[in-house]
Amino acid sequence: MTDTMILDRLNAVKPAEERGAPLLEISHLRKEYDGVPALRDISLRIDKQEVVVVLGPSGCGKSTLLRCMNGLERIQAGEILLDGGVLTTEKTDWRLIRQKIGMVFQSYELFPHMTVLENILLGPLKVQKRKRKEAETAARVLLERVGLYEKRTAFPRQLSGGQKQRAAIIRALVMEPEIMLFDEITAALDPEMVREVLDVMLELARSRMTMVIVTHEMQFAKAAADRIVFMDEGEVVEDSPPGDFFVKPKTERARRFLNIFQF
Amino acid sequence: MRDLGIRVLIEGVNLQRLLLGLAVTARIAFIAVAFSMVLGVPFGILMTRRNAALRFLCRFYLEAMRIIPVLVWLFIFYFGLARNFHINLSAAAAAVLVFTLWGTAEMGDIVRGAVTSLHRHQYESAHALGLSEVQLYLYVIIPQAARRLVPGAINLTTRMIKTTSLVVLIGIVEMLKVGQQIIESNFLKSPTAAFWVYGLIFFLYFILCMPVSRLSKRLERRWQS
Ligand SMILES: Nc1ncnc2c1ncn2[C@@H]1O[C@H](COP(=O)(O)OP(=O)(O)OP(=O)(O)O)[C@@H](O)[C@H]1O
Ligand SMILES: [Mg+2]
Repeated sequence: MTDTMILDRLNAVKPAEERGAPLLEISHLRKEYDGVPALRDISLRIDKQEVVVVLGPSGCGKSTLLRCMNGLERIQAGEILLDGGVLTTEKTDWRLIRQKIGMVFQSYELFPHMTVLENILLGPLKVQKRKRKEAETAARVLLERVGLYEKRTAFPRQLSGGQKQRAAIIRALVMEPEIMLFDEITAALDPEMVREVLDVMLELARSRMTMVIVTHEMQFAKAAADRIVFMDEGEVVEDSPPGDFFVKPKTERARRFLNIFQF
Repeated sequence: MRDLGIRVLIEGVNLQRLLLGLAVTARIAFIAVAFSMVLGVPFGILMTRRNAALRFLCRFYLEAMRIIPVLVWLFIFYFGLARNFHINLSAAAAAVLVFTLWGTAEMGDIVRGAVTSLHRHQYESAHALGLSEVQLYLYVIIPQAARRLVPGAINLTTRMIKTTSLVVLIGIVEMLKVGQQIIESNFLKSPTAAFWVYGLIFFLYFILCMPVSRLSKRLERRWQS
């Protein structure tokens, strides 16, 4: 495969006819920690090319929801479907599923003993068994896109927080996932670095990557989201377009939550 | 004539005998350390698994190796097996076996400590990438744990080298035993021989352990940068 072909594939804006088909469907999901429910009865549908921002007060179960979506947590009840296939059976091969679901966490979780490039190539080479040359080209294209190509031989401790998070995004993207999950990836960053990371997510949104984003950045949520899912105490309380949610929230709980962010 | 105790070192074949003793010590220690380091890694990883029965078994083994002195283990494997089960191990084989069993237990505990000191997020990121359990340990956990367990592993190695002097009690003539023999046979002729012989043995143990600690310093420096 030539560089330009890889470039085209990575930069491709997905065809519009795919929009609207369900990609991830969650029904009646229940998750408990030692008998205490963290998610009570979650039903949620995420369509192809949709950007869903999940909001809610601390401890309401946002991280837990994302972790259930790629099998990092066992669930007590309910069902998760990806592309129509049930994920929540005993036989689910999560290794295969996780290649289709990219995830980036709040704290920097690059592997500290590997360079940026080694971090990024681990998945393609060891999990997907791709050719080194092709994977390196893909990594280069992506690194250039987020302005990190010069840092490819740096170790994580030599990077700023914003650079680390951008590298972590590339590490997930290079696997060419069908959907990306972001869990407060700017929450631990210094304010001046938040922007550079949000910009990367905005650009992904523009290229119609399907995304579920947990964030406390309200301006960003307004700008990026096709839909806002508002959670409280382990339940989805509201699920509406950002225009509606931020202007006239339906519930008292959402109003109270939004007031916290107003001065 | 003035007593020149140092002469016992160069008289006859004394020096040669001491060096042969050193070789016996070094060989038992080297083989046992090598086995312990290799076997300690899987054992340590087993100790971190969540399975309760497995953890209990590992713990039991570790404590047994710790509570019962190495000397007793040597007796059990050398005399005990021969008398009760008619398994005749050579003294050297029994020594290597016992030191390996002990070293694996201790090394396992060091590996366990290093592995559990890694952040939970490292496992989750690796899982989220789709790495298998084996790949997770091979590429993510063990390389990071290795950096943290070097000091402990070096410490264990030198302890094992020094403890090999116990094998004399199952009839293996190692360096310390040779030294004692030399001192005894020269007791009347040169009363200060003990000083020189033990001095040399001290030096030889030092020579044996020094490369190990040099290696650890180099590794630590390399991994720091
Ligand atoms: N490993 C765990 N063991 C026990 N309880 C947990 C665990 N992880 C989360 N919880 C509980 O589950 C609930 C939901 O937690 P979760 O981390 O999903 O919240 P969150 O919405 O992501 O909060 P935040 O905005 O602070 O990140 C909380 O009450 C939390 O205490
Ligand atoms: Mg969270």
